[in-house]
Amino acid sequence: MTEEIDFYRYPDERGRFGPYGGTFVAETLIAPLEELTAAYTRLRDDPAFQKEFADDLKHYVGRPSPIYHAKRLSARIGGAQILLKREDLNHTGAHKINNTVGQALVARAMGKRRIIAETGAGQHGVATATVCARFGMQCVVYMGAVDIERQKINVYRMKLLGAEVVPVTSGSKTLKDALNEALRDWVGNVVDTFYIIGTVAGPHPYPTMVRDFNAVVGREARAQMLEQFGRLPDVLTACVGGGSNAIGLFHAFLNDREVRIVGAEAAGLGLATGRHAASLAAGRPGVLHGNRTYVLCDDDGQIIETHSVSAGLDYPGVGPEHAFLKDTGRAEYVGVTDEEALAAFHLLCETEGILAALESSHAVAQAIRLARELPKDGLVLCNLSGRGDKDVHTIAQREGFEL
Amino acid sequence: MSATSDSRNGERGTGKDRLGATFARLQARQRTALIPFITAGDPFPDATVDVMHALVDGGADIIELGVPFSDPMADGPVIQHANERALRNKVGVPGILQWVREFRGRDTDTPVVLMGYLNPIAIHGVERFAREAVDSGVDGVLVVDCPIEEDAALQPLRDAGLERILLVAPTTSEPRLASAVEAAEGYLYYVSFAGITGGSKLSAQDIAQRVGDLRRRANVPVAVGFGIKDAASAKAVAAFADAVVIGSALVATLAGAPDREDACVRARRFLAPIRHALDMHRG
Repeated sequence: MTEEIDFYRYPDERGRFGPYGGTFVAETLIAPLEELTAAYTRLRDDPAFQKEFADDLKHYVGRPSPIYHAKRLSARIGGAQILLKREDLNHTGAHKINNTVGQALVARAMGKRRIIAETGAGQHGVATATVCARFGMQCVVYMGAVDIERQKINVYRMKLLGAEVVPVTSGSKTLKDALNEALRDWVGNVVDTFYIIGTVAGPHPYPTMVRDFNAVVGREARAQMLEQFGRLPDVLTACVGGGSNAIGLFHAFLNDREVRIVGAEAAGLGLATGRHAASLAAGRPGVLHGNRTYVLCDDDGQIIETHSVSAGLDYPGVGPEHAFLKDTGRAEYVGVTDEEALAAFHLLCETEGILAALESSHAVAQAIRLARELPKDGLVLCNLSGRGDKDVHTIAQREGFEL
Repeated sequence: MSATSDSRNGERGTGKDRLGATFARLQARQRTALIPFITAGDPFPDATVDVMHALVDGGADIIELGVPFSDPMADGPVIQHANERALRNKVGVPGILQWVREFRGRDTDTPVVLMGYLNPIAIHGVERFAREAVDSGVDGVLVVDCPIEEDAALQPLRDAGLERILLVAPTTSEPRLASAVEAAEGYLYYVSFAGITGGSKLSAQDIAQRVGDLRRRANVPVAVGFGIKDAASAKAVAAFADAVVIGSALVATLAGAPDREDACVRARRFLAPIRHALDMHRG
């Protein structure tokens, strides 16, 4: 049935991906969202803006990121060839910078000098603080009090970069609450403030804009595959929290029906335990943070607390385009547990000398599963969305190693 | 049960009629409507119905009853904490509708408007929610995160006869204002400043002209909320609005109540001087 759908016709002018997406926000935010949509729509077709963005990606971020053939890992698994799109080699160590560079350029074009952002693991906060330092903009990052405690190094990095980190003590004190608090800040400061959302969620136009800024990942990867391997991969995989690195990789391949697409969600302690963050694999359609999408909530519609070893996947919603890809069958979404992600982290370290982020380790675990199902000449392209230095503390702690 | 049947078929009719009749009565007497907001199930689940009656005793004309949500992104700390307390007590849509039904057992006149976020309604099922809300004696529904662009999501509420209360903010553009005026039911809720609930940026002078303009254009009364916290601020707004909404200040007062009886006393005592100030104003 997906044959008839042209995925590049989405979203519609109201920001809808089929039944998902939209603009479910308080009245006060409609005006700044309309202002942003108008500005972004204009800039998207502005060659000067696109050139500046491309130049920044090349000279500041360090793109293109390579595709690396993980031969020893592939041999160890004994199945298909695992290829890694190395987003971990970007400036600041993850794909997040693609989006913050793009949004900072939009903010500058709109004359906004104060930037706010939410962050979970701190990667998006660091990427935002980075571009603010570069553009001389004021930066306020909202971060759950629980996350501040478990991501101290990133908190300090943000401070070094000149950002103010505001602890969020409401609700579950994690990423979703940081997002609520950033929206509250924005409601009160719509005139001078630009909100850099870190994932493909939130109200229209964020799911589209953040996707567009990350879509460079898939565009590069598609060309690199043809150049290095003479063909497209058999299957793509990426980890999905909010889903920005995943949509970044998937987007260029959506109309290549022969390429299978699999998203890896955080299954935490296991889907059956209820302690996970797998909104697509185990949630239901609802409304959260400005868009209609799959959410993890109870029968009263209350959002439930999620669990994942990786703070960056610890989110009870997911980008609306992923919800649409799931329902249309174009992409599959499966759960990877904490244990499976950690095992993949170690295996990649050991065989290839690459320390992946815990988020990305979920994708590596899924790539390993997929490689086992395919013949030796099969090609599995995995988005290695970030590097794992930030997680060394967490892993040492879990494994009883005193740092 | 008989109360809801009466209100549906009898002289007071559905929610549309109860809100309409309330405003007509008030306008005939040149009286400004007083609309208190409380979070359902806060501070004690078993206090909500009694507190609603106490609010009416204290001078409430319409009651806005907050449906708690885990992620109240347009609310300040006072109402956030009220939501958290209510949710710790497992307050949900079915229980709240039951409380409205109980309230209707003794009060068939005072309109009740449910105010909250979309997800609890969406997960309950919008059509089922609409049907049950009407049956319980709810008159209107205000969904904070469902602007007019997403109106289709709530069409079943209108179909069931519930008033869909819309918000207008200082940032609302002219074309959207025109749509809101066109689609308005029950009353238009004018948000006095760009911010979250419980803020203190209200300036009566700044909004008087805009509210006046809105009143001339709309077929429904205009209520003003956000930043009204006492008799003085209520009276200042009453000079140019059809209704004043008081939320956070009342919720904060109730939060300190040690028990149900005290919560009722606090509700009455909080509202009475405001009522008095409003009635003084229009003589």
